[in-house]
Amino acid sequence: MDYSVIFSYMYTEIALTGVIVAALLYDLIAGKRGRRFFHPVMCTLMLLFIAGTVFPYHKDSGEIFGGMYVYTPVYGIVKSVLAIGTLIVFLQAGSWLRREDTRFKRGEFYVLTLSTLLGMDFMISAGHFMMFFIGMELASVPMACLVAFDKYKGNSAEAGAKYILSALFASGLMLYGISFLYGTTGTLYFDDMPAKIDGSALQILSMVFFFSGLGFKISLVPFHLWTADTYQGAPTAVTSYLSVISKAAAAFTLMVILVKVFAPMTEYWQLLLYIVIVLSITVANVFAIRQKNLKRFLAFSSISQAGYIMLAVISGTPYGMTSLIFYVLVYMVANLAAFGVIAAVEQNSGGKMDMDDYNGLYKTNPRLSIIMTLALFSLAGIPPFAGFFSKFFIFAAAFEEGFHVLVFIALINTVISLYYYLLVVKAMFINSNDSPIATFRSDTGTRLGLVLCLAGVLALGIASSVFDGISLYSFGLMQ
Amino acid sequence: MEYTTLILLLPFLGFILLGLLGTRLRPGVAGAIGTIVTGVVAILCYWTAFEYFGAGRDASGVYPVMIPWNTVWLPFGGSLHIDLGIMLDPISVMMLIVISTVSLMVHIYSFGYMKGERGFQRYYSFLSLFTMSMLGLVLATNIFQMYIFWELVGVSSYLLIGFYYTRKEAVAASKKAFIVTRFADLGFLIGILIYGFYTGSFSFTPDAPLMGTAKMLLPVALGLMFIGGAGKSAMFPLHIWLPDAMEGPTPVSALIHAATMVVAGVYLVARMFPLFIGYAPEVLHITAYVGAFTALYAAVVACVQSDIKRVLAFSTISQIGFMIVALGVCTSSDPHEGGLGYMASMFHLFTHAMFKALLFLGAGCIIHAVHSNEMSAMGGLRKYMPVTHITFLVACLSIAGIWPLSGFFSKDEILAACFNFSPWMGWVMTAIAGLTAFYMFRLYYCIFWGKENTELHTEHRPHEAPLSMTLPLVFLAAVTLVAGWIPFGEFVSSNGQAYHIHIDWTVAGTSLCVAALGIAIATWMYLREDRTVADGLADRFSGLHKAAYHRFYIDEIYQFITHKIIFACISTPIAWFDRHIVDGFMNLLAIVTNKVSWAIRQMQSGYIQRYSIWFLGGALGLAIILLLV
Repeated sequence: MDYSVIFSYMYTEIALTGVIVAALLYDLIAGKRGRRFFHPVMCTLMLLFIAGTVFPYHKDSGEIFGGMYVYTPVYGIVKSVLAIGTLIVFLQAGSWLRREDTRFKRGEFYVLTLSTLLGMDFMISAGHFMMFFIGMELASVPMACLVAFDKYKGNSAEAGAKYILSALFASGLMLYGISFLYGTTGTLYFDDMPAKIDGSALQILSMVFFFSGLGFKISLVPFHLWTADTYQGAPTAVTSYLSVISKAAAAFTLMVILVKVFAPMTEYWQLLLYIVIVLSITVANVFAIRQKNLKRFLAFSSISQAGYIMLAVISGTPYGMTSLIFYVLVYMVANLAAFGVIAAVEQNSGGKMDMDDYNGLYKTNPRLSIIMTLALFSLAGIPPFAGFFSKFFIFAAAFEEGFHVLVFIALINTVISLYYYLLVVKAMFINSNDSPIATFRSDTGTRLGLVLCLAGVLALGIASSVFDGISLYSFGLMQ
Repeated sequence: MEYTTLILLLPFLGFILLGLLGTRLRPGVAGAIGTIVTGVVAILCYWTAFEYFGAGRDASGVYPVMIPWNTVWLPFGGSLHIDLGIMLDPISVMMLIVISTVSLMVHIYSFGYMKGERGFQRYYSFLSLFTMSMLGLVLATNIFQMYIFWELVGVSSYLLIGFYYTRKEAVAASKKAFIVTRFADLGFLIGILIYGFYTGSFSFTPDAPLMGTAKMLLPVALGLMFIGGAGKSAMFPLHIWLPDAMEGPTPVSALIHAATMVVAGVYLVARMFPLFIGYAPEVLHITAYVGAFTALYAAVVACVQSDIKRVLAFSTISQIGFMIVALGVCTSSDPHEGGLGYMASMFHLFTHAMFKALLFLGAGCIIHAVHSNEMSAMGGLRKYMPVTHITFLVACLSIAGIWPLSGFFSKDEILAACFNFSPWMGWVMTAIAGLTAFYMFRLYYCIFWGKENTELHTEHRPHEAPLSMTLPLVFLAAVTLVAGWIPFGEFVSSNGQAYHIHIDWTVAGTSLCVAALGIAIATWMYLREDRTVADGLADRFSGLHKAAYHRFYIDEIYQFITHKIIFACISTPIAWFDRHIVDGFMNLLAIVTNKVSWAIRQMQSGYIQRYSIWFLGGALGLAIILLLV
C-alpha cells in the first residue's frame, strides 16, 4: 500500500494527532516551570497546525481505506473553520486555566479538547457509517470529561452526568437506526447506500433515529433538553466550545449525509427538517426570553441559531452548503465573542453571570460592552454586521427551494430574538446599578481572541471573497 | 491598472483617519492630510486617464472598457449577483478628471475659506467621504454598485449641507435635500429592481438582447431610474432642494452642488444611454422635454434672485437642464446621425464643472469679503478684489457662450444637436442661452460694478482673498480659457468612435449674437449706478417679478401637498393603523410568547429521565408524522 496517499489526504487528522501527542508529552516532560508556558505553547502549536492545514492540498476529492475515509476540499475548509474556532477558545481559556484549582490539570484540557476535534474531523470525512459513528463517539466521550472538568463543583459534575447520559441515549438510538439501515440495504458505505434506499417504513424510522443522534449534537428541539443545564454547568470555555465547534461539525455532517446518503428520501427529510426548524426556532425563542443566567440564555439562543442553520440544510443545494459554512463561521465568531466577554467578566468578578450583574457594565468596562453588543447584533442579524449577511444567505437558500412559509416563520422569529438580544444590551447600557462590576483588564489571550472575533463580526459580511471561496467547493443533491 | 483601486481606497482611509482622530488633530494637520490624500488621488486619476487614453483604440475603433478589479459581493443564488469593482471607459475616466480636479481645488480653497471654523477636521473628513463616494459612483461596474455609492453621495451631501448644524436654516436645508433626493431614489431603486429581475443581471449592458417582458418593461425601468437621476440633478419638479442646499459652506456648494454630485443624473442617463437608445428612445425624448423646461424655468428664476448663491444655484439647474436636453435629443448612437448630443452633453458637463466651480469659489471669496450673500451688500467690488473680478468675468463669459472660452464650444455642440432634433427645440434652447448670458451679467455687474454699498464698505473694507483661495480661482480660470480647445469628440462619443468636432457657424453665430444681446441688455440695465430701467421693468411686471422671485411658488405647492394632503389625509390614518393595529399585533405576539413560555416551562424540568422521555417521544412522534404523510 502506498502510504503517501494516506498522508496526502489525511493530513489534517495526522497533524492534529501530532499536536495531541506533543501536548501529552509536554505535560509529562516539561515539569512545573515549563508548564507555566503551556498556554502559549499550545496556542502556537494550534497556530502552526492551522497554518499548515488551512489551504486544501488537493483541488479534487479522493478516498482512502477502501472508501472509509473521504477527502473533499470543502471538508478541508470546514475542518479549518473548526480549528480556528478552537484556537480562539484556547486563547480565551488562558486565565481560567491559570487558576489555582485548574492549573494542575490544564494539560488534560488541551488533550481532551483536541481529541474531540479529532473525532469531529473523522466524523466529517467519514465515508462509512462505522467510521462516522466512531468519529462521533470520539467527539462525545472526551466532551463529557470536559463538561465535568470542574468536577468538585456540583454544577459541573451534574452537567457532565447529564451530558454523558443524554449522549449515550442519543448514540444508542442512532446506532439502532443505523442497524435498521444495514438490515434493509446490506451496506454501510455512503456511496452504495442511495441505490438501495427506497423510502420504506423501516428506512424512514431509521432515518429519524439517525437524525435524532445528530440532532442531539446540534441541540435541535425536541433533542435539546440537555443543552441549557449542560451549558450552564460546564466551565465557560467548554460551553463556548460546545456551542460552536461541536454544533458546527454535526450540522455540516448532517447536511452531507442527508444529501449524499438519503438523497432518494429528500421529501421525507425535508419535511422532518421543516418541523424541527419551526420547533427549534420558536421553542428556543420562547425559553430564551425568560432566562436570567447569561449562559443559559446563550444556550437557548444557540438552539434557535441551530434552527437557522438547518434552513441551509433543508435546501440541499450547493448554495445551501455554502450558506451553511458561512453561517457557521459567522455564528462562530459572534458566539465566541459573546462567550469571551462572559468568561472575562466571570474570571474578574468572582463568577458573576446573571443578566442583572451586567447592569451598568458600559460605565465600567466600555470596550467589553461594545464587543458584546456587536456580537449580539450579529447574532440577531442586524446589518451591516456579518450576521445579517449570513442570515440573508440562508434565507435566500431556503427561499429559492420554495420554502416561503418557513422563511417567513423564521423572519418573525428573528424579530422575537432581537428583543431578547437587546435585553442584554439594555442591561449593559441603560440599566443603572449601584455596584456595577468593577473595571478590569483582561489578559492578553482573551483580548487577542476578542479582537479576532470582532474583526470577523465586522469584516466577514463585507468581504465577499470568503463566501465566494467557499462556494467554489460546495456541493449539493445530485439532480 | 490595479492601482486604480487606490483611487477609492485612499479617500476612504482619509475619511476614517480624519473621522476617528477628529479634534485630536490640529486643524491645519487635518486639512493637510485631506489635501495631500486628494492630491495623490488626483495624480492617480490623471495617470489613469493618461494610461487609458494612451493605450489607444482597439480594432473596432473604440476605447475598450477595462475592468481592472472586480469581485462578486452579494450572490443571490441564481444568475443575479451584485459586484463591486472598478470600470474604466471614456466617460468614467473623464469624470475622474473632473471630480479629482474640482475636489483638489476645493480642498485647497477651504484652507482659507474655512479657517477658524469650528469642526474644521469634521469638514475635511466629510469632504474625503464625498470624494470617495463620488469616485465610486462613476467607477461602478454595475447599476447596483452605482446605487450604493449614489446613496453614499447623498449622505455626504446631507452631512455637508448641514455642516453649520447650529443654524436652523442649514438643518432644514439638509433635511430637505436628503428627503427630496431619497424620495427620487425610491424610483431609482424600483427601476433597478425591475431591471435586475427581468434581465437577470445588474450590469449596464445585458449579455443578450432583451426579449419579451424584459424588453417591454425596460422603458418603465429606465424611466424610474431617470426619476432618481432627476432628483440628484435637480430637474423640475424635484429641483426644490438645490437652492436651499446653498446653506452649506460655499466650497461645498462648488464641489457637490455645482460640479460633481448634481451631474450624477446626467452621468446616469449617459451610462444607460445604449439601453435608452436601443429600447426606449421615447423615454429619452421625455427626459429632453423635462430638461428643456427645467432649463427655461431655472433661467427665468435666476434673473430676479438677489442672493448671489441662489442665482448660481438656479444657473446650475438650468445648465444641467442643457446637458439632459443634449442627451435627450439623441436619436441614434452614431454621432454623425443624431447621436451628437451625447458627446455635447459630456463636453458641457466637463466645461461646466470647471467654470461653475470657479463661479462658486469666486462667490465664496466675495462672501468672505463682505460677509453677506445679498447683492445689496456688494457693488463696485472690482476695485477691492482684482483677481476674483477677472476670474469671475472669465467664468461669466464662458457660461454665456462667448468665443473662445470653453462654454462656447460645448454649448454650441448642444445647440447643434437640438437643431438636428427639431428647429423648435433648437430655438428654445438658443433663447435660454441668451437668458443665461443676461442673468450672469446681471450678477456680474451687480457684484463688481453698479452702486457701491459705501456705508457697509467703509465700516468693513472688502479685501482680496488669501492666496489659498485665489490660487484655485486662477487655476480654474486657466482651465476655462483652454478647455474648449480639447478635441473632446476624440475621447468621448456616443458610439465610442472618434468624432471630429466641427463648429457649425450658423448655429454658433446665432448663439453668439443672442448671447451678445443678453449681455448688452444686462449692461444697459445694470452697469450704471442708478437702475431706473431695471426697477421700472420690475414695477411694470410686478406680478411676474414677484412670482419669479418666489420661484413660481413651487416650494409653497410642495408645502401644501405635503402638509395639507399627505400628512392630513394619508399619514394620520396610517399612524393610527400603526399605533393600534401593528403595535397591537406586536404586543399580542409578546403576550402570547410570554404566556407560552410559562406554560411549557415544565419541559425543562432538570430531570434527566424526563429529558430521555422527551427525546424518545420526539423521535417517535416525528417518525410517525413522516410515516403518515
